[in-house]
Amino acid sequence: MSTPTAIAKPPRDWSAWALGFASLLIYAFLYLPIIVVVLYSFSATKVNAWPIQGYTLDWYRELRGDTEIRNAIGLSVRLGLVAALSSLVLGTLGALALDRYRFPFKPGIRFLIVLPITLPGIVTGIALLAFFSLTDRPLAQWTIQLFGLSFPIPLIVAHITFSITLVLSTVAARLFQLPSSLGEASADLGATPWRTFRRVTLPLIFPAMLSGAILAFTLSFDEVVVSLFLKGRDNTLPLLIWGRLRLGLSPEINAAATVITAVSLVGIVTSTVLLGRTFRSGGPGNE
Amino acid sequence: MSEPVSGESGAPVGPGPPSVELTSVYKDYGTTRAVDGVSLQVQQGEFLTLLGPSGCGKTTTLRMIGGFEFPTAGSVAINGEIMGNRPPYRRPVNTVFQNYALFPHMTVGQNVGYGLEMAGVPKTERQRRVGEALELVRLPQVEHRKPAQLSGGQQQRIALARALINRPQVLLLDEPLGALDLKLRKAMQLELKGLNREVGITFVYVTHDQDEALTMSDRIAVMNAGKILQLGDPREIYEHPRSRFVADFIGETNMLSGALERIEGEIATIAISGVGEIRVPAGRDRTSAISGELADVIIRPERMTLHHLADLLEERDGENRLDGAIADAIYLGTHTQYLVRFADGQTATVHVQNSGGREDDFMVGDPASVGFPIESAALLDER
Repeated sequence: MSTPTAIAKPPRDWSAWALGFASLLIYAFLYLPIIVVVLYSFSATKVNAWPIQGYTLDWYRELRGDTEIRNAIGLSVRLGLVAALSSLVLGTLGALALDRYRFPFKPGIRFLIVLPITLPGIVTGIALLAFFSLTDRPLAQWTIQLFGLSFPIPLIVAHITFSITLVLSTVAARLFQLPSSLGEASADLGATPWRTFRRVTLPLIFPAMLSGAILAFTLSFDEVVVSLFLKGRDNTLPLLIWGRLRLGLSPEINAAATVITAVSLVGIVTSTVLLGRTFRSGGPGNE
Repeated sequence: MSEPVSGESGAPVGPGPPSVELTSVYKDYGTTRAVDGVSLQVQQGEFLTLLGPSGCGKTTTLRMIGGFEFPTAGSVAINGEIMGNRPPYRRPVNTVFQNYALFPHMTVGQNVGYGLEMAGVPKTERQRRVGEALELVRLPQVEHRKPAQLSGGQQQRIALARALINRPQVLLLDEPLGALDLKLRKAMQLELKGLNREVGITFVYVTHDQDEALTMSDRIAVMNAGKILQLGDPREIYEHPRSRFVADFIGETNMLSGALERIEGEIATIAISGVGEIRVPAGRDRTSAISGELADVIIRPERMTLHHLADLLEERDGENRLDGAIADAIYLGTHTQYLVRFADGQTATVHVQNSGGREDDFMVGDPASVGFPIESAALLDER
């Protein structure tokens, strides 16, 4: 300190410690159970017990050998990809329409698109179930076979309903943030609307589109409630785990849960990083 | 380039059709009328400024020339060709936007070359012309940077280079200097004016800054409430505003009100009761004017002089004198600003250059006589 006068230190008393401790407790509350499941999945004993006696990768080997689980993972991945890709297209188109055009009932329409994600899954599930029951075809027969893979239409429709919201919201937020003068400048410099979209709009919203789609995939991958109502013949991974839980917790279930957690984690982190990068660069004013 | 000849309406008349011609243009948004019957001709190579407060319709007018908005009624023609509903990408104009609107995901070079790319110019020629354009705005070294890495002033120049590279017939500028600090703004004003002379492109410039308008423009159109109130060269607008609004909007101004007494030839005499008479150029034809009609006279503070009452003998022909008393004096460095109050309560602000000596100073309460040449006063057309 160069000044002779005493400078008051910022208050770093018990309140800061208390805050830190409380935060730690909350994080522990949120993440300890997950960490425990992950640890148990490597546990050498068949029964979940603490402390863990030894570590093994056996349960993951077993997982790989379990055709039921492999099929369930396959279905979950297919479902997630179809939902994410469909909502990528539909959500982006919807966001562009909301951003560019003025039409009657626009706020209402916007609300209706965002609604499915706020609806309890049980409501969406019952509603879609009622809808598909209108046809005389049982749910199990609504599955399409393509390239030797099954695509259950009710589940796909259900997952698209909430996936659209995710893509639409992120893309709409990005579009809202982009100054309209960018599109005008492009047109001013001789670009047709299509070329403006391809050279200016699309590159600027693409990370947001991708972020929304990855998030959609992630949510679809571990969705339980809606899927429970609409599942046909085949189980998704979360549904299979749910079913097996009736037989009690097994280390293999822990391994499957860990796989889901890992997929979710990677998805959410990628999505967040993409989005953060998008919104930091190329905001209005281009600072 | 030949010097344009002044036409009857004060508009310079060049060869060929006007660069931009607006004919009775209206623009309504719902029940609001943003542009209210604007007619305007801009000549080839001219620097024309649309000047007015925010919401006066100047930007909307510019956007209708650019094709971002279409008139509710009336027509926009560029080089004699009626534009109708032609979109921006089929108009021979380019725009410098208020926030520059540089594409953040492209390098400076890609931004500047965008117009050429859209026009299908081959890559090698494109690169050469991008280099030239960057040279023109004196930023050749930033080609590979992203816009976000440039300062505001640099971004502004890149926006300019990007708009000029297509060699448009008309360049539209929407308050392009608004975001820059004062010093940079002054420098850019001169640069823009120089560029206008150099490249011979017609500039239509929108601003709310009167200094900017006076500095750069060949002609200024002062707008308010969707209408052009006065169109003329900077001197005309400044020295002979035709309405109170124009006088107020451009520079400091004094207004004295009185009764029209008589018109003799080109000179109108206005009586200010209890103070005296002032003579002003009658301006336009006023044969319909009625004696005794209320009249407003505008005089710029720096055109007024301040005298001690004893100096009255010096009164010259062609000068007005009004006696009053100093109500306020503010020392402002280069000059002192005096407020003079006349017997009827009207006031005038007078700027007196400071000479360094103190003997000419007036004190508050001193009687003083305000003088101004007849031709420095302007009679307003409307009240």
